[in-house]
Amino acid sequence: MATDTDASDTSDPGDASGAADASDATDQRPTGLSGRLRTRNTARETAELVGIGLVGLLAAFMLGFILLYWFREFPYVELLYTEFRIAGRLLDGVLGTNVFKHPFMWQSLSTGVLIGIVAPLVGSFLVHRQMALIGETLAHAAFAGVAISLVFNSLTGWDGSILVGALVIGVLGALIVQWLADRTDTYGDVPIAIMLSGSFALGTLLISAGRGQTNFSIESLLYGSIAVVTPDGTRLMGLLSVVVVLAVAVNYKQLLFITFDEQAARVAQLPVDRYNTLLVVMTAVVVVGAMQVLGVILVAAMLVVPVAAASQVARSFRETVYLSILFGQAAVLAGFAVSVSLSLPAGGSIVMAAIGIYLAAIGLSKSSVTAISTH
Amino acid sequence: MNPVISLDAVTFAYGETPAVRDITLDVEAGEFLGLIGPNGSGKTTLLHLMLGLHTPDSGRVELFGEPVDAFDDGHRIGYVSQESTSQAGSMPVTVRENVTMGRFAHVGHARLTAHDHETVDDALDTVGITKLADRRMSALSGGQRQRAYIARAIASEADLLALDEPTVGVDAESRDAFYQLLDDLNAEGITIILIEHDIGVVTDRASRIACINTELFHHGDTESFVDSDALADAYGVSGRVVHHDH
Repeated sequence: MATDTDASDTSDPGDASGAADASDATDQRPTGLSGRLRTRNTARETAELVGIGLVGLLAAFMLGFILLYWFREFPYVELLYTEFRIAGRLLDGVLGTNVFKHPFMWQSLSTGVLIGIVAPLVGSFLVHRQMALIGETLAHAAFAGVAISLVFNSLTGWDGSILVGALVIGVLGALIVQWLADRTDTYGDVPIAIMLSGSFALGTLLISAGRGQTNFSIESLLYGSIAVVTPDGTRLMGLLSVVVVLAVAVNYKQLLFITFDEQAARVAQLPVDRYNTLLVVMTAVVVVGAMQVLGVILVAAMLVVPVAAASQVARSFRETVYLSILFGQAAVLAGFAVSVSLSLPAGGSIVMAAIGIYLAAIGLSKSSVTAISTH
Repeated sequence: MNPVISLDAVTFAYGETPAVRDITLDVEAGEFLGLIGPNGSGKTTLLHLMLGLHTPDSGRVELFGEPVDAFDDGHRIGYVSQESTSQAGSMPVTVRENVTMGRFAHVGHARLTAHDHETVDDALDTVGITKLADRRMSALSGGQRQRAYIARAIASEADLLALDEPTVGVDAESRDAFYQLLDDLNAEGITIILIEHDIGVVTDRASRIACINTELFHHGDTESFVDSDALADAYGVSGRVVHHDH
């Protein structure tokens, strides 16, 4: 690792050729301006990797909680769960809060932390494919899915998870979007707008028709709520998060290639349509998991805003992905803190925190004007 | 040896509008083919048909001796589209990330090896942009961006380089240097297909010329094109090729 921060270094920063030579020599101590720049870059990379490591640990802890809560009635697990509850009370005692002793808060928190990873991760590809609105559309399709599930449950007496219904309809919506895109050679905004409002209209009609037969709170689904997260929803989010992270890790190169240069990727014989479908289906999956906390109306923001912020300051695509996740996570944690301490809706708090980060990133970015005007 | 590309009576239409009609031609290994024609004459469509980006309504396309829909050796083709030339894009991709994409058809889902990274370094060096490797593509000049795309094709060890108007918006000096680079690559045996609106450049550089306007008006070596009336026929005006220096 380059460690040249020697204040006695007297090489002329204005000597462009000297700086360029130093940047070419990969195995000698960096000197001059480029050396100092590289030191800063290496420190920045290290900080990012440490940040990603911490987010990974946090996610692993939250997945651990989900498993613990799921299997809490098993021997040994029961003991561990009791210890966890005691630790939560202690934490509340230390912080003077009334949060960590409640399992439902942990469910919301674990769902939120996982959203803060998978939404920006998938969003990194969506935003740069100029498909930002797809998330919004699929959230509304999932809303129709919730309504269909509610009506189905009340008609049949079946007690299935409404989120599974939302997932099925959301994925179906994703496949329809992809089919339309293939047919029209573009993710045209007209078919997408029709699908967005059409599925929302269907959802409102079904919910109105079924009013009185269910005590389900539609408002909390529209605007997002910490209290709306169910054990089922948490488990689903945990499972979906693992699947999405693995899918992106395995297909990162291919997704990057089709996002940056789709035609060249086709010529290189990548099955572009298959990867497009994967991306849209992953979006549907993330949206369904995330709409519990963020709400149908705000869910797309987590796909877009952290990525937009990261794109302002990142110097490579890989760094964009890392920073998107770090910004997304920061927004979730800050949003939760505001939401809990001021009793405000979680979705709005998280999205406002994300937008705050975005504005700060614009301030930091030298190329802010061009970056805002292009998309 | 099989031709690199073989078109046999290829026809393609966008809806009712014919774009390419009954075109038959072969591109042999090591050739430098200039593809010219007026605006809207179907040059890009023909190139897309050659590369399998469009499926012909009738006729046959073969790539490296295989039917184009069965061809799966994607790394053998380096393609620089019109869009990649004209749009800087705001996606924060570095030059090195872009050039590394040339290795993706080789490695599939596996991790990139030290050999892959060396190949990328060599490609950056060949086109002379090693010092720009960590810059964002959007921060490059038009000429530098073109070199980055060529480096990607070199990194993929392509046998065929297909370029669609690569020097739109590139200053004259960078253009000359860019075409010199193409000459060098062609001299090493890489087959080149170049769509270019500047007919002078094509007649200076290409060994063979295909002149189209929906139909094929001329296909042959550059000398025979310069002496023919194909240009006037295809462009529908009287004109002749005048050599000039940039």
